[in-house]
Amino acid sequence: MQLDFQKIIDISDTPAARRAQVNAVLDRARWASQAFQRYDREMTLTIAEAVANAAYAKAAEYGEWAVRETGFGVAEHKTIKNQMTSRTLFEHYRAQDFVNPRIDGSRKIVEIPRPAGVIFALTPSTNPIATVYFKVIAALLTRNAIVLSPHPAARECCTDAANMLAQAAEGAGAPSGAIQVVSDPSIPLIEEFMRSEKTNVVLATGGNAMVRSAYSSSNPAIGVGPGNAPAFVDGTADLRKAARYLVESKSFDNSVLCTNESVLITVQENDGALRKELRQAGAHVCSEQETNALRNYLFHNRGFNVEAVGRDARWIAVQAGFKTAPKVSVLVTPITRVGFAEPLSKEKLCPVLGYYVASSVTQAITQARALLRMAGAGHTAVIHSGDAATAMDYAAAVETYRVVVNAPASQGASGFATHLPPTFTIGTGYFGRSAIGDNIGPAHLIQWTRLAYNKDDSEAMGDYSGLGPRFSGPIPTAPADGVPGSARRGANATPIPRTAARPMSAEEQSLRENIRRIIVEELRSALRK
Amino acid sequence: MSEAKQEFLERSKEFWNPHKTQFWQDVGVDLVIDRREEYFLYDLDGRRLIDVHLNGGTYNLGHRNPELIEVLNAGAKHFDMGNHHFPALARTALAEALAACTPPELKYTMYGAGGAEAIDIALKSARNATGKRKIVSIIKAYHGHTGLAVKTGDERFSERFLSEDISGEFIQVPHNNLEQMEDALRGRDAAAVIMETIPATYGFPMPEEGYLPGVKALCEKYDALYIADEVQTGLMRCGTMWAITRYAVEPDMIVTGKGITGGLYPISCCVASERAGKWLKEDGFAHMSTAGGAELGCVVAMKVLEILQRPAVASNVGYIADYLRAGLDDIRDLYPDFFTGIRQNGLVMGLEFNDPEGAKPVMRHLYEQGVWAIFSTLDPRVLQFKPGVLASQALCEELLGYVEVAIGLAQAEVFGSSRQRRAG
Repeated sequence: MQLDFQKIIDISDTPAARRAQVNAVLDRARWASQAFQRYDREMTLTIAEAVANAAYAKAAEYGEWAVRETGFGVAEHKTIKNQMTSRTLFEHYRAQDFVNPRIDGSRKIVEIPRPAGVIFALTPSTNPIATVYFKVIAALLTRNAIVLSPHPAARECCTDAANMLAQAAEGAGAPSGAIQVVSDPSIPLIEEFMRSEKTNVVLATGGNAMVRSAYSSSNPAIGVGPGNAPAFVDGTADLRKAARYLVESKSFDNSVLCTNESVLITVQENDGALRKELRQAGAHVCSEQETNALRNYLFHNRGFNVEAVGRDARWIAVQAGFKTAPKVSVLVTPITRVGFAEPLSKEKLCPVLGYYVASSVTQAITQARALLRMAGAGHTAVIHSGDAATAMDYAAAVETYRVVVNAPASQGASGFATHLPPTFTIGTGYFGRSAIGDNIGPAHLIQWTRLAYNKDDSEAMGDYSGLGPRFSGPIPTAPADGVPGSARRGANATPIPRTAARPMSAEEQSLRENIRRIIVEELRSALRK
Repeated sequence: MSEAKQEFLERSKEFWNPHKTQFWQDVGVDLVIDRREEYFLYDLDGRRLIDVHLNGGTYNLGHRNPELIEVLNAGAKHFDMGNHHFPALARTALAEALAACTPPELKYTMYGAGGAEAIDIALKSARNATGKRKIVSIIKAYHGHTGLAVKTGDERFSERFLSEDISGEFIQVPHNNLEQMEDALRGRDAAAVIMETIPATYGFPMPEEGYLPGVKALCEKYDALYIADEVQTGLMRCGTMWAITRYAVEPDMIVTGKGITGGLYPISCCVASERAGKWLKEDGFAHMSTAGGAELGCVVAMKVLEILQRPAVASNVGYIADYLRAGLDDIRDLYPDFFTGIRQNGLVMGLEFNDPEGAKPVMRHLYEQGVWAIFSTLDPRVLQFKPGVLASQALCEELLGYVEVAIGLAQAEVFGSSRQRRAG
């Protein structure tokens, strides 16, 4: 009887209730973002660093939790990703100034950074925690408020992580509500968030349908597309190293990253030697029957068999009906065509690597383009080559915005094994129906107000040195008159003195390099296991 | 003013309330509220006003809050007011929800249709529970206009109706004065002390530190009940569900009304301790109210309580209070001679001006700027400034802009004219 009463008045599944839920979160985020814009660079970095450290400390715990909850990937590898997207990411951006104005005397232009405001961030099931870490730290560095909406398959670990980061941020002085999480995401609710006029930008990482929906939300959106990276190994490549990078990368986190190689393309002259090196590096090169069995297992009429996402190579081989040597971490499937007729040339979020032998460099490039026409446009391509001219031909031809050279793609495209900006959100640009083709980073979460002087020499530019927004710090707590211990103020709180942007010292520079090196080594050793 | 509005005002004078209708025309506020949504009122002539009067917190969650409309519509498919004699699903469910969000000693909910009725119920219950008649309140108090409630308040509202207390049962003592409170209670003949936690109609004079706990201690000492009138200060307006708990006082009864049903289906509630609700076990038919605790009102009230207890609301209230205070402090720095003080607990704010009627020109200039805030009837130096708990940052920023301009204009008017008077 009591239950019936509750049912009569239950309005939770109505547009009004959803709108109210969304407004409550976004209004709070707006308050936080406006308060955040009063913070100077030093306070901003203090908060971002505290959050990066808290994230780093829990990298392993959440790595395991994510695997347990989603069933995807390898806990140790997720730990590494979580470390990279916490301390490494922060160290990378520590020296960049997203807070103070830039003065360009020669062009008579002053640029003031303006945070986006409220970011609505969707995070995927495949890189759940790393993406949460990445987006939160990028938002904090740019004094934005962020609302995270985790993929339902990774809801629990992401919600816990987001709350933990929010606590760390507020503990370090961030405005209340700067980091929030939607703990009960549903499609109608997410759509309401995406189209709310209180959202300033949607930062979408995930499946294609969701990304397209972000773009159609009527709000500015930074979305990414799927990957399907071709990896070309040409005749000048160091085959041993190439094979090692390929196997390392393809087995990393059981290939759930969108930056993982999809099809290896090589030329006739490499074929035998490359197969041998691949086996040496830990790959199992499949026979024709095994390839057929894998194809049947991985693809059915409805598409990719999601059961295989993020599973390890031996498990997949067993499901497909064959056995491999115990140390095998990648299954290489030779294919004779690239295109819709060959499912194994599509994106496979598991350690199965297509293997195609081209008759010439020209044909290899044509096939790489063909692969990207099916999926992965704008994302990532890879080349292993000692010849700059071939690399140039390849890069100028393939429709991607990053071509990783002589490095594992999974860490190369995301900027951890190359000097690209480190990211867990890969912009796929115009090729991939996205606005931005860069590795997404804090720079995309601010825009600049520009004071532009008259070109004419008779109009002199003013002196802007030492000028900037008034960084008055957190909003002082209002008194609650008569309540014991409540703040009391006679006059306005003294504004917190502004500190000028501080260049990074040589010591910090070297510390940063060291941390980067340590993490790359950790990554390497984890991959060798 | 449009012709249509002019005509309407004539009818209002003829059939509704001639003096009140004319009063507003005389003070320059020609408002006839037409459409309303969020924290906006639209005048019959189309002008938009930000509402920081909120009818004393009635529109705490905004005008025509969409969730409240939704739940009222859902409820109306099944319920009406109900029959006040019988146990009722909605009334009991709301009573349970109120017991869960009031101090632990408070248990029963007794229902009225409006705030004053719930005050009368509280006073009657106190008399029943203690077997005593005397009621102590604050000078210039305001608890409504019904039979007992009106006697606790300023005589401005009772004398005209020959309804002031003549029996000596209703004692009034000055606010923030524990000695006189003790004098009033010392005879151990008082049933209750009734207080608004922050007296609204008196312009929100703030309780001094220790005052309210001191009153509560005196109540215990002299065996009187403490009734907290939280009609205007409760429902998160001071950052906690009930302002009284911020002052570390556990009252014997809490009265709520206005905002409890979001301005959509009025009911009022008196939540009482076991002792204060003694008559409910003796003779449950002793007090009745057909519209009291109307079930549709209960349905709306349950949603109000649920919304107010969302974590984002507490955070929002903190931001609004801090942000507006910082902005108001800046405005005070601009007009220090005129804008002399800010009384504040959360979103309950009183702005003090350096003129006996100073809040009236500010009210009028705010009205011209597009803000509706009302002066304090019993202390017109003070403007009641009461934003809603869901106010957004953009709204608060817009509001501060108007406040700055209006106070500037009001200062010029007040000081300009006083200078002229002096010169003349």
